[in-house]
Amino acid sequence: MNRQDLKSIILAEKMQEQNNKSKHKLCVCCGASCISSGSDEVLKKLQEEIKSRALDAKVEVIPTGCMGPCNQGPLIKFLPEYTIYQKVDCSNIKDIVESQLIDKKPIENILLFADSRPKPYIDAREDPYFKKQMKIALKNCGHINPEKIEDYLVHDGYKALDKVLFQMSPEEVIAEIKQSRLRGRGGAGYPTGLKWETVYKYVSTEKYVICNGDEGDPGAFMDRSVLEGNPHLVLEGMVIAAYAVGANKGFAYIRGEYPLAIKRFELAIKQAKKLGVLGNQILGTAFSFDVEVRIGAGAFVCGEETALIASIEGKRGTPKPRPPFPAETGLWGKPTLINNVETFAAISPIINNGGEWYSDIGTPKSAGTKVFALAGKIKYSGLIEVPMGTTLREIVFDIGGGMQNGEEFKAAQTGGPSGGCIPSEYLDVKMDYESLINLGSIMGSGGLIVMDKSSDMVDVARYFMEFCMDESCGKCVPCRVGTKMMHDLLQKICINQGTKIDLERLEELAVYVKDCSLCGLGASAPNPLLSTLRHFRHEYENRIANSL
Amino acid sequence: MKLVSVTTDLESSKNDPRIKLITAKIKKENYKTDALIEILHTAQNAYGYLPMKVLSFISKALYLPPSRVYSTVTFYHFFSLKSKGEHTCLVCTGTACYVKGAQLILNEIEKNFSLKPGQVSANNKLGVQVARCIGACGLAPAVLLDDEVQAKVKADEMIHKINAKIAIP
Repeated sequence: MNRQDLKSIILAEKMQEQNNKSKHKLCVCCGASCISSGSDEVLKKLQEEIKSRALDAKVEVIPTGCMGPCNQGPLIKFLPEYTIYQKVDCSNIKDIVESQLIDKKPIENILLFADSRPKPYIDAREDPYFKKQMKIALKNCGHINPEKIEDYLVHDGYKALDKVLFQMSPEEVIAEIKQSRLRGRGGAGYPTGLKWETVYKYVSTEKYVICNGDEGDPGAFMDRSVLEGNPHLVLEGMVIAAYAVGANKGFAYIRGEYPLAIKRFELAIKQAKKLGVLGNQILGTAFSFDVEVRIGAGAFVCGEETALIASIEGKRGTPKPRPPFPAETGLWGKPTLINNVETFAAISPIINNGGEWYSDIGTPKSAGTKVFALAGKIKYSGLIEVPMGTTLREIVFDIGGGMQNGEEFKAAQTGGPSGGCIPSEYLDVKMDYESLINLGSIMGSGGLIVMDKSSDMVDVARYFMEFCMDESCGKCVPCRVGTKMMHDLLQKICINQGTKIDLERLEELAVYVKDCSLCGLGASAPNPLLSTLRHFRHEYENRIANSL
Repeated sequence: MKLVSVTTDLESSKNDPRIKLITAKIKKENYKTDALIEILHTAQNAYGYLPMKVLSFISKALYLPPSRVYSTVTFYHFFSLKSKGEHTCLVCTGTACYVKGAQLILNEIEKNFSLKPGQVSANNKLGVQVARCIGACGLAPAVLLDDEVQAKVKADEMIHKINAKIAIP
């Protein structure tokens, strides 16, 4: 298919959308969380209900990706009113359809957050949960059917690719990304534009683009939701990246634990190939690019880029020393670009709206928005996207609705096993890469777990150390032995047998493991320990004082 | 691994649809060694776990040393060398589930079925496992019972559900 064909398809789809403007849209969240709560059954029942009432001409039922407030699921949303109903089950579908579509009166007591807000909002966009958010990567997540490429096309899908292929040189694309000041969303925050430029500069007949969807951090589900809710957005980002760096082959490495994400991404690849925006001679140009899905097999260390490459090559996922960086010697020894799912999701909005637009969002050093997965002892857990620099307090208390059961906020854990805990004194910290590092934590991929007083910080440190010990690949000694030693010492303190010397040893070991480990897993493994020691030292000391 | 018996073993299982499935996958991947993990996924889906004879079969088909196949299998959590049991109960121990009491569920399971994570009951009916995070953090604590997500689990309810599952002959 060439460019003209695609344009006529988009035009036809947009015309149809225009004709359907008077139509109501009934979005049913079919993200993994809502499906677990029974939304597929709800979807089926709703379709039957609409059909039996002969409302087909007026209402379109759409299965969509994640809408955000996952623990209130299953969720359904009426557009254009933006009215969201929560915890919908097969018994109240009839009433909802009747009052919303026929009587035009929403049922207040099952509106979103009706059980916890004094007055729920009929237009959910007014709710603080959504009001404080700014959606770029998740923009169409929850509005469109992720399994239909046409839905994506109507919402400016593959427009950025068209612009890139026909109006921009690779250098211009890289300049645009550099101008946007986008940083890697996988956790380390390396400037994306610079990474692209490095890969672009290496001369090679073969180059690769890899999408890192091995979201191993416990308590994180951002990549999952993006892949499930809008797979084409990620795919388009990959194609643009491939054009910019000069790659012809790409891999999407997705966790084996996410079967739905794998299924939807594979479907997206198939549809994109059919449409000619992926595969040979994309849109009639000389540029060809193909993507394959690789399924992860459950090793946390494979989130590290060199380990991920080894895993794609079918080997044990053990990391290699860097340099040489994958940009120079990556997959099968060829220059390779690796970016996170969320990074790729930001590409096409940047191309469409310009790098300057993106760089104006957020803080001077961390531009743009970040997706967080809110979970733990918080009222409204789920998926949110906020501009960089939003304070932790805003996220926990305004968006997240505060603590569950009115408990007191104790700490928020960011960055998973590589991150740390932020205590209540720092609730006003601006969430960006630098501020979090200053507090001894990291941005990480975006997991944000809120804890109350029932969480014992020594045990939290032990929990994460156990994780790192289990997940250590065993290649280098500091990580393999160090994490085990630290875990045993923490265990000792946890069961009230620790001594002051143990604490000293822990601190000593932490520095060794941090400085001497081969890859990021080992180098960051002591972070949860160090940050809890820094902010909650008294808990360790109390334990030791109470030792038997 | 005993390689001697492999050929005879596979002679008898040539018509095994599962072996056919794996052979088809190997052909589809063009006998490329870098597709090893993909092929192992297929094999595990077919068998539920990875029996030694299947590993030998794969290593022969791909011309890979058995040590390479074995070491890859044991590296990844997803692959298992022994049967996981007819019914599996996989408790998520990700951070959100940990904060919300995943350990209590595990304790209750151990109390009721005397099974620790990684163990399978003597009659092969029930296997208990833990996962690092299944990404259903909004629904914590979560348990996968026969690949079906159980949301906001309470320990006693879970025991009932497991009992109901294993009661079916």
